Amino acid sequence: MSEPSAESPSAPVPGRDPQELRRLYTQMLRIRRFEEAAARAYTQGKISGFLHLYIGQEAIAVATAELMQKGDRVVTTYRDHGFAVALGCDTGACMAELFGKKTGLVGGNGGSMHFFAKDKGLWGGYAIVGGHVPVAAGHAFASKYTGDGAVTLCFLGEGAMHIGATHEGMHLAGLWRLPIVFVIENNQYAMGTPLRRQTAVDDLTVRAPGYRLTSDRWVVRDVFETRTRLAKAVEQARHDSQPALIELLTYRFRGHSMSDPGKYRSKDEVEQWKERDPLFRAQLELPEAEAEAIDETVIAEMDAAVEFADGSPQPDPEHRFRGHYVEDDLAAGA
Amino acid sequence: MAQLQIRQALLAAIDEEMTRDERVFVMGEEVGYYDGAYKVTEGLLAKYGERRVVDTPIAEAGFAGVGIGAAMAGLRPIVEFMTFNFSAVAFDQLLNNAAKLRQLSNGQFTLPIVFRGPNAAAHMLSSTHSQAFESFYCGFPGVKVISVATPYDAKGLLKSAIRDDNPVIFFESEVMYSVKGEVPDEEYLIPIGKADIKRAGDGITVVTWGQGVPVALAAAELVAADGLDCEVIDLRTLRPLDEEAVLTSVRKTNRVVLVYHGWPYGGTGAEISDRIQRLMFDHLDAPIERVCYEDLNMPYAENLEQLVLPSPEKAAEAIRKVAYFKV
Repeated sequence: MSEPSAESPSAPVPGRDPQELRRLYTQMLRIRRFEEAAARAYTQGKISGFLHLYIGQEAIAVATAELMQKGDRVVTTYRDHGFAVALGCDTGACMAELFGKKTGLVGGNGGSMHFFAKDKGLWGGYAIVGGHVPVAAGHAFASKYTGDGAVTLCFLGEGAMHIGATHEGMHLAGLWRLPIVFVIENNQYAMGTPLRRQTAVDDLTVRAPGYRLTSDRWVVRDVFETRTRLAKAVEQARHDSQPALIELLTYRFRGHSMSDPGKYRSKDEVEQWKERDPLFRAQLELPEAEAEAIDETVIAEMDAAVEFADGSPQPDPEHRFRGHYVEDDLAAGA
Repeated sequence: MAQLQIRQALLAAIDEEMTRDERVFVMGEEVGYYDGAYKVTEGLLAKYGERRVVDTPIAEAGFAGVGIGAAMAGLRPIVEFMTFNFSAVAFDQLLNNAAKLRQLSNGQFTLPIVFRGPNAAAHMLSSTHSQAFESFYCGFPGVKVISVATPYDAKGLLKSAIRDDNPVIFFESEVMYSVKGEVPDEEYLIPIGKADIKRAGDGITVVTWGQGVPVALAAAELVAADGLDCEVIDLRTLRPLDEEAVLTSVRKTNRVVLVYHGWPYGGTGAEISDRIQRLMFDHLDAPIERVCYEDLNMPYAENLEQLVLPSPEKAAEAIRKVAYFKV
């Protein structure tokens, strides 16, 4: 693993609003504690299927949520819990979805990889790599068609940069100047394959001019910086209908999914990235007692989420018939 | 009543629905400035402009996905595939997004979108450009599938498809775009999921759809000379299937032949055949026959292509067989 080339200043910005710091820290911590609680439930056999954790990447979802205006949309990958939590979905409903319960975010239909909360701006977690990129461009197409002023933020892993649908989606967004921001969450590995074995280039934004997208690229070590730089792209999309391609250098501290021990990377590498961890760095800026108090509240929230999920009933047998066609819902009285 | 070609009937349906509903728009390769590869969208760009008649680059996965995303956001796209052969590269978008997003989101999203274009063999286009896709698109839930054979059905069903709140796969036929027929001047809709008896009869039930319809009707004429009386049922919608229309006819005739464009192994013809034998076993006086493609990749050469395709003569032979008729 080579050192990411887009280093940014590491010193905390002086004069930061302590209330903001607290809010952003709390949000990042909520995601991390949610993921840790989910991982525990998974090892206890309460959650099955695939479980991809967002630990290490929390600042991206939190910064994004800060920029969202009414009507804006987030479209993301199967690593989607972080966005759900950041965008204000009830953590009990999120956990219940992982447990496959009736009270889950999508009623037990989607599981970990398919979170949807339209009213919160979460337009989906998508589990086929790259398949969501044209769909996200379609949301932006609709915004341009209706003039609703909304921006679509489409997140993808660096591994999704090599599949055809991504190319076509970005290509159409550039051609039609759609109000969309594509954000690559480059967490260095596509499952177990490092970037250098995925692509001949090490800076993925070199593709931006080919689509006539503007671009930016930085290491996500500070949630404030990430918010500020992301905001520029969002505003460009909103006001000038100029789409952008952003590459965020980040890291997931866990394996690709729960079944992956992550043996393909060195301890040194993980330690290096832990020092850049935006959550850890934000914590250093907070008084210890305050950080502890926040953690206590957050842990209590996640305990309650697990308890809610565990105590919730499974979906009704008839639920499997619903949602395939509009008529099914009507027949079921929905 | 006007005499319209199928292409004109389809155009009239799109035009009327675009006038009626501002959310309806057309997207695809050559739909605008070129006026459509088969002229189905002729004149729409001049009438509605670039905003609602959207020419795309050659990127089926891209524009199929854009259509899906636009439908989720409240628009009502009509996505044209220049031929359904090209939908193969967009298959993931239809299978994993169009058909599943409502269920995955637990009903949060509605996907009113039509994917339309010519399907099945035309003439001497070889194997990559002669495929019938209904078996693929009928093979999973979450979409409706329509296949039309007359101008009347084309217009009435396309209008219903555009107004439907589900994803609809709408099959046309390259070799049938200029087929003429009567279309009422006043507005009408044909409900999705209803078969139509194209020829009434008591002797043998012939089930067909799309490009199979003229083959079946010609075969019915051929065997009429032998005194065999066919009832030709045009399914028109393949998913959901109008099972009752088929079973009602079989109760009367006790003999069935399926005539369609498509492969014999698996798929729509096999499904219909299975349902009939399972639900009507005691009514059947002969095994069900199927006249469709030979289980081969389509050759280019004219004589070879004719051997692979269903024909009125092959269908007539099958009808005589189920009727135990000896020439």
